[in-house]
Amino acid sequence: MTAPRPAARNEVRADIHTLATPLVRLANEPYYHATGDEVEVFAAAAGSRLPVMLKGPTGCGKTRFVEHMAWRLKRPLVTVACHDDLTTADLVGRYLIVGDETVWMDGPLTAAVRAGAICYLDEIVEARKDTTVVIHPLTDSRRALPVEKRGEYIEAPPDFMLVISWNPGYQSVLKEMKPSTRQRFVALDFDYPQADTEARIVVHEGGVDADTAQKLVKLGGLTRKLKGAGLDEGAGTRLLVHAAQLIASGMAPATACTAAIARPLADEPDTRDALDDLIRAVF
Amino acid sequence: MSERKLFAHELEARLDELLLLSLRQRSAAEPAALLEALPRETQDRVLHWAGVAAQTSDDLGWLIASLAAERASGLGAQLDDWVRAGLDAYDRSGLAATRKALNEFAETHAARVRHSQEGIDFATVEGRLSRFLQALDGRALKLASGPKAWTDSETLWLPERLDVAPDVVGNQRLYKVMAALLWAQTRFGSFNIDPEPELELWPDRERGLRWFAVFEAMRLEACIGVELPGLARDIALLRGPWPGKLAAVAESLARPRATAADSLACMAELRRVGAGDTPIIPHIGVMDPVAARRVRAARIARELAVVRRALNVIAATDTKPGAAENSDYPPLAAEGELQVPDPQADLLALPPAAREAAKSLMQDLGELPPEALHAAGPGAWQPVDGGDESMTPGVTTQPDAFYDEWDYRRGSWRHGWCHLYEMTAPVGRHEWVDEVRTRHAHLIRSIRRRFEALRGEDKPQKRQFDGEEIDLDAQVDARADRMSGAEPSPRLFIHRRRIERSLAVMFMVDMSGSTKGWVNDAERESLVLLCEAIEALGDSYAIYGFSGWTRTHCDIYPVKRFADRYDAATRQRIAGIEARDYTRMGVAVRHLSGLLMRQNTRHKLLVTLSDGRPDDYGDEYRGRYGIEDTRRALLEAREKGIRSYCVTIDRHGADYLPQLYGPAHYSVIDDAKKLPQKIAEIYRKLTG
Repeated sequence: MTAPRPAARNEVRADIHTLATPLVRLANEPYYHATGDEVEVFAAAAGSRLPVMLKGPTGCGKTRFVEHMAWRLKRPLVTVACHDDLTTADLVGRYLIVGDETVWMDGPLTAAVRAGAICYLDEIVEARKDTTVVIHPLTDSRRALPVEKRGEYIEAPPDFMLVISWNPGYQSVLKEMKPSTRQRFVALDFDYPQADTEARIVVHEGGVDADTAQKLVKLGGLTRKLKGAGLDEGAGTRLLVHAAQLIASGMAPATACTAAIARPLADEPDTRDALDDLIRAVF
Repeated sequence: MSERKLFAHELEARLDELLLLSLRQRSAAEPAALLEALPRETQDRVLHWAGVAAQTSDDLGWLIASLAAERASGLGAQLDDWVRAGLDAYDRSGLAATRKALNEFAETHAARVRHSQEGIDFATVEGRLSRFLQALDGRALKLASGPKAWTDSETLWLPERLDVAPDVVGNQRLYKVMAALLWAQTRFGSFNIDPEPELELWPDRERGLRWFAVFEAMRLEACIGVELPGLARDIALLRGPWPGKLAAVAESLARPRATAADSLACMAELRRVGAGDTPIIPHIGVMDPVAARRVRAARIARELAVVRRALNVIAATDTKPGAAENSDYPPLAAEGELQVPDPQADLLALPPAAREAAKSLMQDLGELPPEALHAAGPGAWQPVDGGDESMTPGVTTQPDAFYDEWDYRRGSWRHGWCHLYEMTAPVGRHEWVDEVRTRHAHLIRSIRRRFEALRGEDKPQKRQFDGEEIDLDAQVDARADRMSGAEPSPRLFIHRRRIERSLAVMFMVDMSGSTKGWVNDAERESLVLLCEAIEALGDSYAIYGFSGWTRTHCDIYPVKRFADRYDAATRQRIAGIEARDYTRMGVAVRHLSGLLMRQNTRHKLLVTLSDGRPDDYGDEYRGRYGIEDTRRALLEAREKGIRSYCVTIDRHGADYLPQLYGPAHYSVIDDAKKLPQKIAEIYRKLTG
């Protein structure tokens, strides 16, 4: 048996480069159906170099909207899914050791600032409060990111834009956004689209016929009436699209809705059974 | 008599003796072998009946003995009735008929047993059905069990048990379809027309009502089919095809624009040609239009008042020059025409509860009546007048604190207006909490489990000055910093510690006179469940009751201070929470916010448990004045960093809640009995 060959330095460097933040450049237009003046407001905020906050229930199209706007504004996009273990170093960057050398690795926020990209911090309230303060200097007139470890002060180029999202429907007192953070952003309220618009989205994204899409939207509407009565949230458009995609692949509608809508939404038996009854009632 | 079971040879001997079998060349070995397996009591019953039957005829005795040996275990307590049925048949038609009657009785009984095993209780489907109904369109409906399936247009009553279908799934489906049809009666206008003029023409009113229910079921099934085709399919499967002569009527009532008037027209036609009895269809309940229309009339009056009040608030809050300075400005504008938004054109102009009331009115009347668009007078909402002299405390001591109150009419404060007293909380029966804990033991266990999961395990805190483990990431960073010439951080360890939620919660419990009865019981039970749950979490919490009688006697009852433990004394004070006087809420919010601010925690939460809006003796605090003062008090709390949340049991008066608490910061529970189950879940969501 032979011992494994130690990695050569250049291979390690290559490995490190795979850790670098990916800057997504969207070549094709991500489908997004505007329901109000959100496109104009976002474009105006981008033109005025103002950060934007998107508020709305889960699965109603916030992330897709950011992708669409990144494509429309022809800027690269960096997305960070926030969580409670996210540290400042995770956002800004850190030194890594390669052999007996150190290599600085930009975090996603720093990479976005350097590249003049849109940095999208999804579900910002999930992150620790001491982590999110790092964005403050980027959201006021300074538009800069201090990188203490390197003694660097990166001024953001005109194309850099910070976008955050959160769901005000979460009632947790422990997951509130501080006024000092909130008041730095231009805010856009998102909600589920009107039924006919939502049906068009489901047809386009899910690949089903209009009748099936309308039934899925009807089902979505029924589940949303259970918010606070067994469900934290009703089914978002995303879930309806998932169900549509399963149906388009040949699955029976009721089975698809159970797998893509009912089971992800509820564990509690009464609520789960009621969702099954609703699926059976609609299809 | 010995209690041991008889063995086969003993049974054989006894049967031989009773039936003289040896003389007739018969052997009792086979039935004796079967009887050996039965309990002694059953063996004795069989021997007894074999003897009784043998007195009529030896052959009858043998038949009873041999069949009883086969059937007794299945018949159980029905054994005596089974034998009597056989003896009756013998008296009527002889031995052959006896065998047939005994077998039929046994089969029927077995089928009934099978059915009752497949039957289900209402309690097993209640949660599932209530959620199902809540998701459907139309006004919110309550669900209850009763002897028959019917609705008064606000509550759906369903049978306490169903064992009609041959299996559990079938019975569950029957419950669902019954509930759906009753929902459809309220949703698609079965009670929007008075059937009495037609019913009076029927010689048998009950039969007329049964036909009305059948015709409405035909019409409603079609209405359901438009929105929920799957549900309509379930209904059609359950009822089977309509009898031939009714198929044409069913088709005509399935027209898209058919109404209850068309069902009455079908009744009139049937009356002319002569009505037989209705077909038996399992999912069609009974109709009581008199009760339903009485409830409907009360609802219309109530909801008209809610809509008009809301329009009034909109009108009154329009900026009028000098309105704020006018101290005579009444809480609610006088009756008359006002320039208000047209709710038919834009329901969104109304607050949520008024919007629901407007939708409900349109469901009952087809449109918003013109009088809904007029400004309201004092409104329909009247508090329970707790004018019991014995409850009025004599004010003999100095108040513990004075609080300012906000007068929106003046646009200024009334300084030192409210006199606050911290009273001694009364104690209740110490056994009461134990009873609640026993009654809800299962719920408490599951809540505690969920809350413990919320607390989580010890969490590794990275990059600490000291700790139980070395933080490799920090070591790597420090080494990298050192090599790059930077100052390395000394935070190189992982310390495992319990997550500090850093949360203090104040529960402000409404002890107004209107909470007397169910609401008060529900509040107390909820607090027991909450305490059990929060103890598992380790959050800091306090419970204070509030009540009062005018601004000079605003009372606060400390049930559990932050420093108190959840011990026997606290439990007795929870048991002692009782309905008292009125709810001058602003002063209670201010006082309890102050107590909450003394807690050295990062998050602070004020949760109000209430059954209605702010109100006090006399007219001043009622209506907009009280709401504005309370809203101001909650805003002050908010400015101090206190989050407020309200859980209210007030189905018809919750229109003020969005004004007070903002969207997503309140829960309306339509039934006090549900509060204990819901409260822990609400708390989990609030602090999860």
